[in-house]
Amino acid sequence: MFLDLVRRRSVFGPLVAALGACAAIAQEGQAQFPGQFEIAGSWAPLATEDVQNDSVPVDYLGLALTDEGRTRALSYDESQKSMIERQCQGWGAAYMVLGPFGLRISSQSDAQGRIVSYTIDAWEDWMAMTIWMDDRPRPSAHALHTQAGFTTGRWERGALAARTTHVKAGFIRKTGVPLSDEATIDWRFFRHGDLMTVLMVATDPVYLVEPEIVSKNFRLSKTPLDYRDPCVPGFEGREPGDSVPHFAPDQNPFVDEFVKLYNLPREAVLGYRETLYPEYRKTIKNTYVPPPPCTADCGVAGNFVRRR
Amino acid sequence: MRRTLVAAAGIVAILSALGVLIPVHAQRQGGGASSARARDAAPIDLTGYWVSYVTENWRYRMVTPAKGEYRRIPVSPAAVPIINGWDPAADERAGNQCKSYGAGTIMTVPGRLHITWQDADTLRVDTDAGTQTRLFRFTSRTASSGARATWQGESNASWERVGGPGGGGSLRVVTSNMRAGYLRKNGVPYSERATVSEHFDVAPLADGGELLLVTVVVEDSVYLNAPYVVSPHFKKEPDGSKWDPTPCSSTW
Repeated sequence: MFLDLVRRRSVFGPLVAALGACAAIAQEGQAQFPGQFEIAGSWAPLATEDVQNDSVPVDYLGLALTDEGRTRALSYDESQKSMIERQCQGWGAAYMVLGPFGLRISSQSDAQGRIVSYTIDAWEDWMAMTIWMDDRPRPSAHALHTQAGFTTGRWERGALAARTTHVKAGFIRKTGVPLSDEATIDWRFFRHGDLMTVLMVATDPVYLVEPEIVSKNFRLSKTPLDYRDPCVPGFEGREPGDSVPHFAPDQNPFVDEFVKLYNLPREAVLGYRETLYPEYRKTIKNTYVPPPPCTADCGVAGNFVRRR
Repeated sequence: MRRTLVAAAGIVAILSALGVLIPVHAQRQGGGASSARARDAAPIDLTGYWVSYVTENWRYRMVTPAKGEYRRIPVSPAAVPIINGWDPAADERAGNQCKSYGAGTIMTVPGRLHITWQDADTLRVDTDAGTQTRLFRFTSRTASSGARATWQGESNASWERVGGPGGGGSLRVVTSNMRAGYLRKNGVPYSERATVSEHFDVAPLADGGELLLVTVVVEDSVYLNAPYVVSPHFKKEPDGSKWDPTPCSSTW
């Protein structure tokens, strides 16, 4: 039968050519349907833009905070994370693009092969996120809020668009900048060859004057990523029952550390909205003095701010 | 042979129509290969005024970083002496004050973009910061051999179209033949051999606005050990009332 087909070149030739074309086209990533791309796999982070912004206690650059958000952030003391009951609290959904880790994504299908969800695996301090693709309804506003929240997704104009709600009140920066449980996070996953860009737009009516928009780039990794080391709490100098470390917002001793370190404008470090737009540069042009030349940790390995 | 090709195309078309075997890349086409003019074939509308929304790398973009600092840029050893020897006054004297406004970095410079169609196959991007102009040509052409390198180089563009419900797509731009420039204001270099690959994507915002996301990949065998990737974003503005052309500056 097969040999017959081979002999009948008029059928076999075109079929081989067609399948070859399909295979060539599929090289960059297998997709289920037109307008989709393969998102499952391991995606290594490219740390060429801001990572975590947690090197100094008060660094709200690039944020548009409400006064309430700024006040709460300034009251935060990083020592809170030494409390045994808070060590494994983990970080919220936004940490997907704010943290240093890559993404390991898998898909789950139903019996008919339709994709029901994508799962982005947990890291040691970040909960796994499920993106439901089956049009299930969003739960009641009173339903349980979690660190990962509730996320639904759909393919839209060539990108995976997703929305996260039902997050626990938490943080949008590890330095204590708050994100409320009323926050909504819109995601877009764009894939261009082996590069994936994840766009986050976090909207919070309580703590953000304008959405926080962050994009992070990842490259497809041939080596599977696995960051699932469990968090194990241990004694870090705080006894159970100790008071929660904090500052009075107007007495945060670190409020000017970043300002002095790099001669930065205070209103920018404290996350005022106007500092995010180009015209702000005009207001500081005549007062800004560049910091002295960098002498240590100046290069790519020095991802963190050098504190004096 | 011809009959074989026709039959193969037919089978591909059938499989494509079934929507099972053909991934998204089959639905994409380079603008240069299409007979339609690029403007008419645009799967997304990039025209209009866009303003930088600087929420990332603020310290490297909104102010001039310290001399000698190049964190998060994978520079090669050859770049380090240039970084440490950065002399903005010398750049100014030599007429090189636009070195930090070249195609390798202009999308990260805080400012506004005005995107228009110069003609049916050329998308024009003007920047008010540094008053630069980029031309994205959809007609197939290779970098002009012997042509004088410029700050913005020569850019070949194509649409990456997406099939399926909702359509959409992305603009891909590859730029070469640039003058050597800076990735940051403080003299982190890229060479004349660098190439810049970009994707322009748009996304709606919950408030009804629109966001432009530009993924920029700079590759340079001279001054980079690995591709340098950033993805600045812009908000759409209703008009050009805030357009504010400013000349290049080597210090600010």
